Amino acid sequence: MPELALERTRARPAAAARPFADNVDYPPLLGRPIVFLPGLALLFEALRWWGFGATAIGRGLSDLLGLSGLSPSTENVAVAALATLVVGLNLGVVMRLKLRWQVYVVWLELALLILVFFHSFNLSFEFIRRKIGFLLTQGLTMTLYISVVSIAIASVLALLGAMAKLSSNGMAIGVANFYTSLFRGIPLLMQIYLIYMGLPQLGYVVNAVPAGIAALSLCYGAYMTEIFRAGIESIPKGQWEAARALGLKPGATLTRIILPQAMRVIIPPTGNQFIAMLKDSSLVSVVGVWELMYLARTQGQTEFRHIEMMITASMIYWLFSIVLELIQARIERHFGRAHAR
Amino acid sequence: MPAKAAPQPDLEAPAVEIRGLSKWFGAFKALDGLDLTVARGERLVICGPSGSGKSTLIRTINALEGFDEGEIRVEGIRLTREPAVVQAVRLRVGMVFQGFNLFPHLTVLENCALPLRLVRGLAAVEARERALHYLSKVRIPEQADKFPAQLSGGQQQRVAIARALAMEPGLMLFDEPTSALDPEMVKEVLDTMVQLAAEGMTMMVVTHEMGFARQVADRVVFMDGGRIVEQAPPEEFFAHPREDRTRTFLQQILRLH
Repeated sequence: MPELALERTRARPAAAARPFADNVDYPPLLGRPIVFLPGLALLFEALRWWGFGATAIGRGLSDLLGLSGLSPSTENVAVAALATLVVGLNLGVVMRLKLRWQVYVVWLELALLILVFFHSFNLSFEFIRRKIGFLLTQGLTMTLYISVVSIAIASVLALLGAMAKLSSNGMAIGVANFYTSLFRGIPLLMQIYLIYMGLPQLGYVVNAVPAGIAALSLCYGAYMTEIFRAGIESIPKGQWEAARALGLKPGATLTRIILPQAMRVIIPPTGNQFIAMLKDSSLVSVVGVWELMYLARTQGQTEFRHIEMMITASMIYWLFSIVLELIQARIERHFGRAHAR
Repeated sequence: MPAKAAPQPDLEAPAVEIRGLSKWFGAFKALDGLDLTVARGERLVICGPSGSGKSTLIRTINALEGFDEGEIRVEGIRLTREPAVVQAVRLRVGMVFQGFNLFPHLTVLENCALPLRLVRGLAAVEARERALHYLSKVRIPEQADKFPAQLSGGQQQRVAIARALAMEPGLMLFDEPTSALDPEMVKEVLDTMVQLAAEGMTMMVVTHEMGFARQVADRVVFMDGGRIVEQAPPEEFFAHPREDRTRTFLQQILRLH
């Protein structure tokens, strides 16, 4: 029934934008009874063996259903069975949803699981409420300041590095190769120490914040040099030739013709780098910069509430990573517009 | 060393004069002591088997390829590797590629207008006007705001022609302009080129479109092994090829058409 098959593909407009999606409806792996049923049995066995009923989450489930009166071993089996049932039902339902809703529901469920996990620590929300203001005004502000400045400098270094590597100047190539090799080859933590404690040896005393920014910029600039270089190299030779034949100078060719196209290739891995940088900025806490990580550690110490601060800081990092992801998606759409038919 | 003034084209000199041109790719001799003069307003068609050096030849004229021996003059300017010299030559030479090489991130109009602004220093309004004028000439002004990927191959190649023409060159180079096109689109591109020829543009066309050569060319050049084997006006070239290699080549490609 070829018509029917066509109808089905037409019903999914997303298919056009997903070149890796075939027009064959393979039965979902989990939907096959031969996978589904043994899978659930395995899950049940694993939960029982693990002693899921005795874990914080298991205990919570058991309290919720009034099973706590049973003997520990029976309770364990009951909770494991219950959890298996919930997972099985959940899979059955989610598998029948449309793709978009599958994504939303799974996201929500996993987020809920994380929350339950955190809840199991018996956190003092009062303590978090008391400290979060300082964590945001001082810690987050400093983290964002360091990250944004470092990202800006790293991008400039990366562009210079990539141009040097692609140039016909042996000295420039040598400097750029040495730079990327050195700063990709030394742990970032070491770079921070080297700059903070090594530069004074040369008679130049740097403060902790500029030292941190310098280390992050140099390290990420080195990684991004390779991203920029690969992006520029991905543009076909014909684009350079057409620009040259029209009389464009090398600078104009690069900035007006090559880079705007290379951006499509450069942006996804660069977004990755930005997100990694946001979190690696926590390494500058070792030289005493009052950024998010440093404050999370020191504020928690005063009242032995480490976990509260660690989880709060983690959530703040995550939230801002999500913001960066959204920004990246927007930029990708912008540079991809010529390719949308 | 002071920057040298840009050499001026000599309007009396032939469009292109090539003497003893040789080029190696490693051990392979792509061009072998080649001589060729193209008069102003002449329409030259270059054909030959693949690897015969025809693309390399026209790409040396605007310095997309370097060369090892010999001399090239474009409108009297002797081509060197000097930036000002190369730029002076490129400003006089337009080129159309087999793969169109439009800039995919720019609209059709921007493809034509951007070089006018960056290279000719035109203001945005003037550049736009001139770009639209040349897009009308190739009969696709209505596509001006689309991106190249939204156009058919034939339309894309016509945009590429308009983009080159908008720079108002004295000589146009065509490097197999229809080889990447579907058969039904070859005609629209050839028609554009015929029209251009009728307006007196100097053209050097590497192509296997022998119908085009018959209709438009003043002279057909047959290349093999980096040399010109035979050259003649099209009537003579097709009716009485003198060389065996030419005859074999013509038999092979005419059988296909």
